Amino acid sequence: MYPKYMMKSIKIVEKTRPKRLELAKKYGKKVFPGMSEKERQEVLDNYHPDYQSDALKELRIGPNKGEKMVNEVVDIMESYPRNKPEIFDLNKVDLETDVLIIGAGSAGLSAAIEASDGGATVLLATKLRLGDSNSMMAQGGIQAADQTDDNPVLHYLDVIGGGHFDNKPGLVEALVKDAAPSIKWLEELGVMFDKNEDGSMMVKSGGGTCRNRMHSARDYTGAAICRVLRDEVTNRPDRINYVEYTAATELILDDKGHCAGAILYHLENKQYSIVKAKTVIMATGGFGRLHIRGYETSNHYGATADGLVMGYRAGAKLMYMDSVQYHPTGAVFPEQIVGFLCTEKIRGLGAQPVNKDGELFVYPLEPRDIEASAFIRECNTGMGVETPSGLKGIWLDTPLIDLINGEGSLEKFLPAMLRQYKRFDIDVRKYPMLVFPTLHYQNGGLEIDVNSETSIPGLYVAGEASGGVHGRNRLMGNSQLDIIVFGRRAGINATAKVKKGIKLGKLSLDHVEKYIKEVDSIGVDKKQVSPVILPDYIPDHVKAKQLSSEYQGNLL
Amino acid sequence: MSAKREMIDVYISGELFQVPEGSTIISSMEYAGFQLKRGVGCREGYCGACATVYREKGDYKLKGGLACQTVVTDGMAVAMIPFVPAEKPTYDLNELEADVSTFTKLFPTVFRCVSCNTCTKACPQEIQVMDYIQAIIRGDIERAANLSFDCIRCGLCALRCPSEIVQYNNAILARRLYAKYLAKKSPELDTRLKELDECKYDKEIEEVKNMPKDKLSEKYYSREIKIS
Repeated sequence: MYPKYMMKSIKIVEKTRPKRLELAKKYGKKVFPGMSEKERQEVLDNYHPDYQSDALKELRIGPNKGEKMVNEVVDIMESYPRNKPEIFDLNKVDLETDVLIIGAGSAGLSAAIEASDGGATVLLATKLRLGDSNSMMAQGGIQAADQTDDNPVLHYLDVIGGGHFDNKPGLVEALVKDAAPSIKWLEELGVMFDKNEDGSMMVKSGGGTCRNRMHSARDYTGAAICRVLRDEVTNRPDRINYVEYTAATELILDDKGHCAGAILYHLENKQYSIVKAKTVIMATGGFGRLHIRGYETSNHYGATADGLVMGYRAGAKLMYMDSVQYHPTGAVFPEQIVGFLCTEKIRGLGAQPVNKDGELFVYPLEPRDIEASAFIRECNTGMGVETPSGLKGIWLDTPLIDLINGEGSLEKFLPAMLRQYKRFDIDVRKYPMLVFPTLHYQNGGLEIDVNSETSIPGLYVAGEASGGVHGRNRLMGNSQLDIIVFGRRAGINATAKVKKGIKLGKLSLDHVEKYIKEVDSIGVDKKQVSPVILPDYIPDHVKAKQLSSEYQGNLL
Repeated sequence: MSAKREMIDVYISGELFQVPEGSTIISSMEYAGFQLKRGVGCREGYCGACATVYREKGDYKLKGGLACQTVVTDGMAVAMIPFVPAEKPTYDLNELEADVSTFTKLFPTVFRCVSCNTCTKACPQEIQVMDYIQAIIRGDIERAANLSFDCIRCGLCALRCPSEIVQYNNAILARRLYAKYLAKKSPELDTRLKELDECKYDKEIEEVKNMPKDKLSEKYYSREIKIS
């Protein structure tokens, strides 16, 4: 339950609620004017974490040398490999496959299904369990322009405008054109979408969308999709071989520069294996668990950007690593769930963000970076509410949802939210949530083309690990779409390449040798190694007495 | 965190550790120095990786919960169960009937349900597990699909079931059958698919793709917003 002093602020929110309810009944979501282009730029410049002068630094090595990126990303790129390449005998191959997929979220799983449908042999490796990913945690929805008043052109405009026009146009085209077919594909695989009685899709709006386009599966949309894909993958033991608790630590190329496999490392028995693969699909997700700028995150335990490091060392280019998505509504109270994502669907259903005086201060559905910046502005100017542990947040007035949509709506559409807060004795049908932006998404990643392929032949990337689809800001519901669209494209195109015939040359880790020399040249601490693999939350005073810490330093 | 917190006793797999009060089971294990691999996942209650059984001080009951969502109490004893060895028959969804006969073939154990409700009591998601199992037995796939919807496959139901039923594997099959065969299809979706096949929007997309940024920006900011 909320402490007394916070209840005082809630009383004020309750007082302004009837007036705001009236506004909602009259104007729908437009209870506050949207920002102009100039206003958007101003709030970003002044309050968005990426736009602060100390947010970025220059990357000194590799294909993007000289570009400014988020500090934490530069650090993992300017790091030594976990292992010296010379310890591996690449003549002794442990496993061979047509397609090696690294990462088993919805992008990796989709790729595996398509590749096996196409007749390729598939090895799917994940450092945790099958399905363990940010995909599983997505709540709000998946976009697809399939309604009569909507079309892929409008979807295109929303995606590229939301991304500040930095998106690669071809990728946006692929995204919006593959959207409806992806929904169909998922439904045929057995994903239950929210529907009206006549079978039509129940669609909601999201930040930055000009139409109701958000398809959902209660507030378990990502889980509903990911668990079906996982079930399908486990139904194909003859065609898809999967290994769990197995991290990839380095890509292998052949002597012609074609991607040719990876070094895998089992986290528990600590053995490595050398995998020779005709094509590799990197579907390792994003960087939330690097806690950019110290932010709390809504991300999965495994979101440590391993794929970016491996791909970059192999020579693939990064794109838009100067940009981070902070989801406007992360929980800041109770303390046990700080960083927990409160889905955008909450605002899609009519909940309004208000300050400590119960006043509206922003259009509830601006694109995420704008909305988040407005929340930070409110808190930095003394209009937020402070928690007992010293964090600040603004109210998200959830009791409006039942008032607008009818009693029982919140329970029906947001069961996960209701359950989550109930565990800490807060009924969000009666009381608002206290929220603040949480580190949510990696907008950029390894640059891909419309086939999901990188500049390294045979290396494909799909999902959050890829860059270019969302420009510098992703809209809600386009990530669930992206992982399906480009996961499938990666699986299909990798398989097509295999079918055309690939003759791999001699396996090589020369690119890693070369990279080590570059790291040597800038003089970083030898202990600085990557990929990170798992975050470390052991407190310093305990760590100080530990004789080893498994994920720091070399693995072998 | 600013305020200094009281320390409480927690027994992790039988061993005593002092951890700050208010910790979840996961954060208390990390505070104690465990680098977790199994038994940890999304840390937000969505993935089911961290099924844990625990007993609170002075209570005879063995309870189950998610380690990322359960706050430790003084004297609590916890043991993680990060994996449940359970039967998972393989199938091709395209070859199945959306009725009880499929379950008879693939999951004959489901008919062993003795309606004891232990599964429901074990569920950290408060799902009416026994009710959806009974719905499957009656052949009511739709009800089973809807009742089981919030399942995160933590495995606690199957671990406690005296009839050895693997409830969550039945549940995912019920939901997949319902979505593919029983749920009404969306006519709008099929119309749009047809339009896409006919390349109806290709020309217009080509236009916006090739538009200079200022024109595109103008088009974006002036687009009509029609949301409800």
